[in-house]
Amino acid sequence: MARAATTADAFNAVAEPRRRQILDILAGGERPVNDLVGLTGLAQPQVSRHLRVLREVGAVDVRDEGRQRLYRINGQALKPIHDWVAAYERSWSERFEQLDAVLEELQAQEVDDGSDE
Amino acid sequence: MAATSSGTATVTLPTDRQILITREFDAPRHLVYKAWTTPELVKRWWHANRGRVTIAEIDLRVGGAWRYVSVTESGVEVAFHGEYREIVPNMRIVSTEVYEGIPDAEQHAALNTLTLTERDGRTLLTVLVEHPTKEGRDAHINSGMEPGMQDALDLLEQVAVSLG
Repeated sequence: MARAATTADAFNAVAEPRRRQILDILAGGERPVNDLVGLTGLAQPQVSRHLRVLREVGAVDVRDEGRQRLYRINGQALKPIHDWVAAYERSWSERFEQLDAVLEELQAQEVDDGSDE
Repeated sequence: MAATSSGTATVTLPTDRQILITREFDAPRHLVYKAWTTPELVKRWWHANRGRVTIAEIDLRVGGAWRYVSVTESGVEVAFHGEYREIVPNMRIVSTEVYEGIPDAEQHAALNTLTLTERDGRTLLTVLVEHPTKEGRDAHINSGMEPGMQDALDLLEQVAVSLG
């Protein structure tokens, strides 16, 4: 089966569970590739491939220190995902506040009607 | 967790294809159900303080259609529609939800499951939204058990904090 190219946005980058795992590890602090290989149990070429995708969308940054390449998370690149979830939460919270008002009125009506449903 | 005081909805992503919305209401569930399924009442809360609901049509039977249209204060029309798949009065509604603002909207229909549970006169409402995206399906097939999204949410929270 042909592999579709990974579209360069944060949502696609985190759609892959292994890449989320790598981000979770990096959320705890900067790490060299070898650590990521050890912690994920993946082979180095696979880890490198995932890191490349994450770098392409800016989700991780890399710097050289001596002979090591250290990877770290860049939260700003994941902000679109956070915003998306937050927008969902906001709109439902606001809907539900209106629903509270409707329910209060319905309850008052039931009392007025003497309904004992 | 994020600052979600009591009385606000919580939103989680249980899986790659799902969104779970949870909220408690200080009312018995037959009233929550009534507010959820009566067009004139839906018009009063669906707008989410982003304008007004101009159309709320509900044909509450299996195979029946619903359609809600809101207009934001800046004049943008936002419309959703769908079909009822399962109805258990006062307890559960399964329906599709199509956001009309995207290309090939019907293909991207989500499946929504509303459940209402009453305890001590209060109602716990949950809406599980299941999207049909390929990424989610593939991840599911490839990964077996998948605690990753919860971790990802934890991560998002850290991101949110770091942005604050």
